[in-house]
Amino acid sequence: MEQVLIGETQKIFDVYGVREDFPILKHWVNGKPLVYLDNAATSQKPQVVLDAMNHYYLEENSNIHRGVHTLSDKATHSYEAARVKVQKRINASSPKEIIFTRGTTESINLVAASYGRSHVRSGDEVLITAMEHHSNIVPWQLLCEEKNATLCVVPINENGELILEEFRQLLSNKTTIVALTHVSNALGTVNPIKEMITTAHALGIPVLVDGAQAVPHMKIDVQELDCDFYAFSAHKMFGPTGVGILYGKRHLLEAMPPYQGGGDMIRSVTFEKTLFNELPHKFEAGTPNIAGGVGLGATIDYLNNVDMESLARHEQELLSYATDALSGIGGVHIIGTANEKASVVSFVIDNVHPHDIGTVLDDDGIAIRTGHHCAQPVMQRFGIPATARASFAMYNTKEEIDALAKGVRKAIGVFS
Amino acid sequence: MSALRELYQEVILDHNRSPRNFRKMENANRKVEGFNPLCGDHYTVYVRLENDIIQDVSFEGAGCAISKASASVMSSVIKGKTSAEAKVLFDGFHKLVTGSADGAVELETLGKLAAFSGVSDFPARVKCASLAWHALMSAIGSKDEVVTTE
Repeated sequence: MEQVLIGETQKIFDVYGVREDFPILKHWVNGKPLVYLDNAATSQKPQVVLDAMNHYYLEENSNIHRGVHTLSDKATHSYEAARVKVQKRINASSPKEIIFTRGTTESINLVAASYGRSHVRSGDEVLITAMEHHSNIVPWQLLCEEKNATLCVVPINENGELILEEFRQLLSNKTTIVALTHVSNALGTVNPIKEMITTAHALGIPVLVDGAQAVPHMKIDVQELDCDFYAFSAHKMFGPTGVGILYGKRHLLEAMPPYQGGGDMIRSVTFEKTLFNELPHKFEAGTPNIAGGVGLGATIDYLNNVDMESLARHEQELLSYATDALSGIGGVHIIGTANEKASVVSFVIDNVHPHDIGTVLDDDGIAIRTGHHCAQPVMQRFGIPATARASFAMYNTKEEIDALAKGVRKAIGVFS
Repeated sequence: MSALRELYQEVILDHNRSPRNFRKMENANRKVEGFNPLCGDHYTVYVRLENDIIQDVSFEGAGCAISKASASVMSSVIKGKTSAEAKVLFDGFHKLVTGSADGAVELETLGKLAAFSGVSDFPARVKCASLAWHALMSAIGSKDEVVTTE
């Protein structure tokens, strides 16, 4: 990967160089070159990540944190090195604040089950937003049912933006925690989380941020945001599936009870009493996804070589190019038109169901997502059963968006 | 585009554009909702069953071209059949869309339903094609209820 320097400062994002790093992008699907526009579901993986995981299994495979032998030392070192890489990438103050999980969903469940159960009481309120993924709704719903607490929801406007005035009004001394997404998976909206965190903190209310859709697009600084918890997944940021991250402020994590019991999370066990291990291991019961953790480390190394400013410009160009291309087609309506958007375009077509759009596009090798995107309340808000969603990553090109627009025209032709 | 043409045959496109029996039935004595939580397809199938004969069938709701056309074609071939005959048609249709049909003989007995032969190449669409049928089978077999494809 190289970045070309133009003039003094502005770097052009070398998308064709980046594409070389991702072997799957050379594949053909249904007789056409793959056009992969389903990155909000999961991203593709660069060769260096695949190599790192393969290397682990070929040369270091062993269990971590307990062996006296050489391989176990190597595996432990690789796995823990990944934790430090994550810590530095998101500017956490200590690797003890980085908990490895199975994914964003488990990270949120961990906070709901541990912090939530020990803090939410009958009559309290948990505040989420109308654009949350089901994984940031259901854990809180379960908690509220168990505790006889109330789940409150910040509404969104016609453009798919949070109504901040309503957010401020919904915060009260009953609010135990705010859980909100950084970037909406269904609409692409980027929420003003820093401002919202400041508002909540003024009332002493902690904030969990679902960052699953943010991390592939922007650099996160958890200390600057001052969020209390930040949850994300490796697989949406070009890393392997099955590895998630929970960042939590150390004093909060220290005070929280364990989430799951088992090996690795204990210091000593007798049948009378168990002493729990220190952070982060207290929250990591059982043998983890070691290869995935190693792959995540390689992913962070890869991302550290990507200039995030030129990447952001590249993705915003793709977003505006796709928005123009699709909204210029008669009968196409874009759902989610926030001022601040990540490179995600959800759309519907008059008289053509998203499912059929997806099938016609797939015939041309174009992969998009169709359905409710695990955000049924968002669909209900806009009065639609489903959308088609094209979501762009660093390796996508304008030529691929041309192919998308051509496919959409074809779908309209088939069903008109 | 041959697999795609096989899937979206003219019969299917036509029934999607102008679905037959696409209405609420006031004098139905059986009514079942069919719902596919995966894609949000949602239909209500109405049946007037008298002396075990399907006197009338209609449907309303929304979904993809395959699910809508399937409900429409079903409604146009099923009228006047006994519940046992409807079950035989459904079994044949199900074999067809899941790719287990036994060649030309079964296609002949299926008539217009044969237009759904292309579905078997698209496993993700089998549930779309069979949604209204599951609702119908439930309607003629039992009381009012909601069926889902899950």
